[in-house]
Amino acid sequence: MTKSFYGTVLSSPLMLGTAQYPSPDILRDAVRAAQPGVVTVSLRRESAGERAGQAFWDLIQELGVPVLPNTAGCHTVKEAVTTAHMAREVFGTDWVKLEVIGELDTLQPDVFGLVEAARILTDDGFKVFPYTTEDLVVADRLLAVGCEVLMPWGAPIGSGKGLNNVFGLRALRAHFPDVPLVVDAGIGVPSHAAQALELGYDAVLINTAVAKAGEPAVMAEAFRFAVQAGMLARQADPMEERDMAVPSTPVVGKAMLA
Amino acid sequence: MQIVVNDEVHEVSAKTLAALIDELGYGGARIATAMDGSFVPVPYRARTVLRDGARVEIVAPMQGG
Repeated sequence: MTKSFYGTVLSSPLMLGTAQYPSPDILRDAVRAAQPGVVTVSLRRESAGERAGQAFWDLIQELGVPVLPNTAGCHTVKEAVTTAHMAREVFGTDWVKLEVIGELDTLQPDVFGLVEAARILTDDGFKVFPYTTEDLVVADRLLAVGCEVLMPWGAPIGSGKGLNNVFGLRALRAHFPDVPLVVDAGIGVPSHAAQALELGYDAVLINTAVAKAGEPAVMAEAFRFAVQAGMLARQADPMEERDMAVPSTPVVGKAMLA
Repeated sequence: MQIVVNDEVHEVSAKTLAALIDELGYGGARIATAMDGSFVPVPYRARTVLRDGARVEIVAPMQGG
């Protein structure tokens, strides 16, 4: 069943980041090839002379894809909350991908700060997409403070390692069957994205895997197909795994040749 | 008066945040502002009085993951 994200059904379970592309033209081509349900965006200091942000805003408008602003780079609750407020004004949306980073080597979320920031923002009318771990207790706390979507990591941001803790992600899915879940971070190749959808996740968020591919637009298209394949596979109800072989070719009627 | 904007010191004559934005050449830009760590929404800029040494952040849309 297709779940909605705060009442919005996405056109695709692929969420695409807009950072690190070699050029704006390549970003534009990648977004067109990926056909994502949303693109993620951010805020940075603007120079009055260069006005780089204005050019990027024009590009986002041209692409016509819903935006999900993030609070990337924030390490404290105050920073994240203030950034979310600025993003709401600039991008004209109350959606926010909430990141409160707790550790620099892994960019692991500070889940304590995350819950606190999520509480403040949901109380203020934000629709929070929290970047979290697969921890069930943290997930429960995030839902309790008003989050209606969870975004557990697959692996550290930018690592491309895929789904590091399939058991944990599967447990999260089973524990919260009605909550829209998005694997955010760590996906490196389309098969990782398909795997997340096969596990029953509702979407994946990709950035580095597309932006740092040799041919970003081609990789974007590959991810478009991968999420479709994963979603269809989930709907088709995959077979149970077995530890031992079971012949797929019927043995009844086999010629006795030994 | 000296104002720190995005970590750079500016000598300005503006008395309010709205006037500062115009004086520095951001007029018409899609930006958000904070002063001394607190968000200042658009409707509040004109009534937000600058003080010497204030730290202003001016941000705009940027690529993000």
